[in-house]
Amino acid sequence: MILENIIAAFGAILAGKTLLLMMVGVAGGLIAGAIPGFTIAMAVVLTLPFTFSMPPEQGLPTMVSVMVGGLSGGLMAGILTGIPGTPSSVATTFDGFPMARRGEPGLALGIGVWSSFFGGMISAVFLVTLAPQLARIGLEFQPWDYFMLVMFALTITASLAGKHLVKGLIAGAVGLLVRTIGEDEAVGMARFNFGTESLLQGFDFIAVLIGLFAFSQLLSDVRDPKLARKSLSDKGAVRVRIEHRRALAEIAKRWTVVVRSSIIGVFTGILPGAGGSVANILAYDQAKKASKTPEKFGTGIAEGIIAPESSNNAVEGGALIILMALGIPGDVTAAVMLGALLIHDVVPSPNFIADEPVLAYSIFIAFFLATFMMLGLQSFMLRVFVLATKIRMYVLASIILGFCGIGVFALNNVTFDLWTLLWFGILGFIMRQLGFPLAPMILGVVLGNIAELNLARAMAISDDITPFFTRPWALFFLVIGLFSAAFPLFQAQRGRQLWTLFYLPATCFAAAVPLYLMGGVPRPVLATIVVGYGIYVLWQRWRSGWALVASNEHELVEADSSD
Amino acid sequence: MKRLNRDTYVAAALLVISGVFFWASFDIRQPDYGVLMPSTWPRIIIGVLAFLSMIFLIQSVGATPSATEEADPDRRPGIGGFFAYWRNPIICFATFFGFLATLPVLGMLIGGISFVFTLLTLLGGWQRRDLMVHAAIAVLTVGTMWSIFTFGLGVILPTGIIYNPFG
Repeated sequence: MILENIIAAFGAILAGKTLLLMMVGVAGGLIAGAIPGFTIAMAVVLTLPFTFSMPPEQGLPTMVSVMVGGLSGGLMAGILTGIPGTPSSVATTFDGFPMARRGEPGLALGIGVWSSFFGGMISAVFLVTLAPQLARIGLEFQPWDYFMLVMFALTITASLAGKHLVKGLIAGAVGLLVRTIGEDEAVGMARFNFGTESLLQGFDFIAVLIGLFAFSQLLSDVRDPKLARKSLSDKGAVRVRIEHRRALAEIAKRWTVVVRSSIIGVFTGILPGAGGSVANILAYDQAKKASKTPEKFGTGIAEGIIAPESSNNAVEGGALIILMALGIPGDVTAAVMLGALLIHDVVPSPNFIADEPVLAYSIFIAFFLATFMMLGLQSFMLRVFVLATKIRMYVLASIILGFCGIGVFALNNVTFDLWTLLWFGILGFIMRQLGFPLAPMILGVVLGNIAELNLARAMAISDDITPFFTRPWALFFLVIGLFSAAFPLFQAQRGRQLWTLFYLPATCFAAAVPLYLMGGVPRPVLATIVVGYGIYVLWQRWRSGWALVASNEHELVEADSSD
Repeated sequence: MKRLNRDTYVAAALLVISGVFFWASFDIRQPDYGVLMPSTWPRIIIGVLAFLSMIFLIQSVGATPSATEEADPDRRPGIGGFFAYWRNPIICFATFFGFLATLPVLGMLIGGISFVFTLLTLLGGWQRRDLMVHAAIAVLTVGTMWSIFTFGLGVILPTGIIYNPFG
């Protein structure tokens, strides 16, 4: 059965037109990722209108290709100019740029490209094997559990705003509120239309996404008139040849870094809200801690490029796992992918892989193939990158704003969507300037109706609200949601306050309770391991006399423009 | 008296918005069927938003203006300084607004070209050479996108009064 689905999916993907579209998608993603200020989510969101008229088996692989290309494109700008193309490649610049400055830009690029490739491959293996298993677990979810899962996703996304947790939570609540405007999905009553006909249909969430994300980002990019008229080309040498053979030899010597960083990337991607911008720093930190020569990090060593590049490419595999298995987007890029699926009348849920196997496997295979295409196209696109760096920011912004106008109109052939784009562009820009993170708001808009529908279903089954706190899965999401909300405080106080020594053990003990309640054999065993780990951490801290150790890790905060 | 900081005004505005939406939630018709009323979920969100805004307000009152507002040496004080600092974003908003307002007359093709050309010129300068380059960029990019959507994807874009290629 699985083999039949894979063969059918291959048939759909290997059709000449789909392959061609995927190549164009990877090439476009590589360039978009390489241009600072042009994020991956923006590239994917702008691809969306082009895929309307395509069948899903063609449109979705095209979008996956843009995403894979974008993840790898950021390293070109990061290594050659020292300016990360996307927040996902911030850590790549720590060692990539010094290596390039030392006279080895070809080696630095080679290491980056091949690390991205291996990260993508490992992530694709996880995607194919984990997504169906997670979907099976998802079938256990009842409306109470789904509602709490959405609340957890929003809380953890807000908590990534670091010390601005309250602003993150406010952004999430505003996103949920925006989604309530228009007719409600359960009974079709008009809400908050303030007497206007246009607002009855509510805001198209893709128009909201493009406005909040792309429009506001472009305005931020051209804010400074001097920088807006500048191009990237005067910031570094960009004429190089990628040294594939030497890079592969360097990576082969450090394969453990590739595997560890890829696994970090996959699991960061699975975590709702945490994207490549968190994963690349986390993987870099872990590589530094595990290294015998941590003092060399930052001087231009291979591990410093391998770790962030393999982790940031692995992230989207993780984000796709949770999107395809549970219908919950792991990050902003996955939220756009969710929008793409909905446009093609595909509603991701635990039944998605079973109900739409050919489409699901098409996405899996597209992820694999796009990673190979990225490898092949990277050398060629390096030359195009040289040209792209000559474009001035104001030219790019003007063209993209024009494209936003045409693309957003094409969503529903409604002029009101263009006004939505403008108003949400202004709102997004103001929010950015006031320090509000946009990722929680975007997830609020995307997940708002899922939360409401599940709340309505739960209340239709029983008006008792205790299952929201007593059902094992609901309790599990509540517990980790609460601990993730406290995480920014823990991060700020770590090494200074005694209570922070108990944060991790307490999280382990609290998370184990719902796991025990789930029954069966594997989950209580897992709960026992988690409790054991909590006890081990406590014992270690007792042995060190409850000493407070200052942490010097890079702050794990989701970047404003996500990915 | 301590000067109120930017976050205090934002928190107050959020509280006002919460109040407006809460008041508007009473206009939502309640049907006789269904367990979850259409106004319940929005009211839960508004309650949470108001609560968070209150916390934000309390936090902001305790903070100094310098803690919430990053000083930018490029920014001059006064209303003139404000417009000079935010010149480019304001131009983008105003031009896009103009594009939307004239869309029924100009249509997507002419309106789009005019929008991109105007924006390029206002942001990038209006030397004779700039004008020619900007015009070429606007015609080429918008023309290509318009053609892809119209002929490639079969989307009927707004035609306008002065030029209707399908009329």
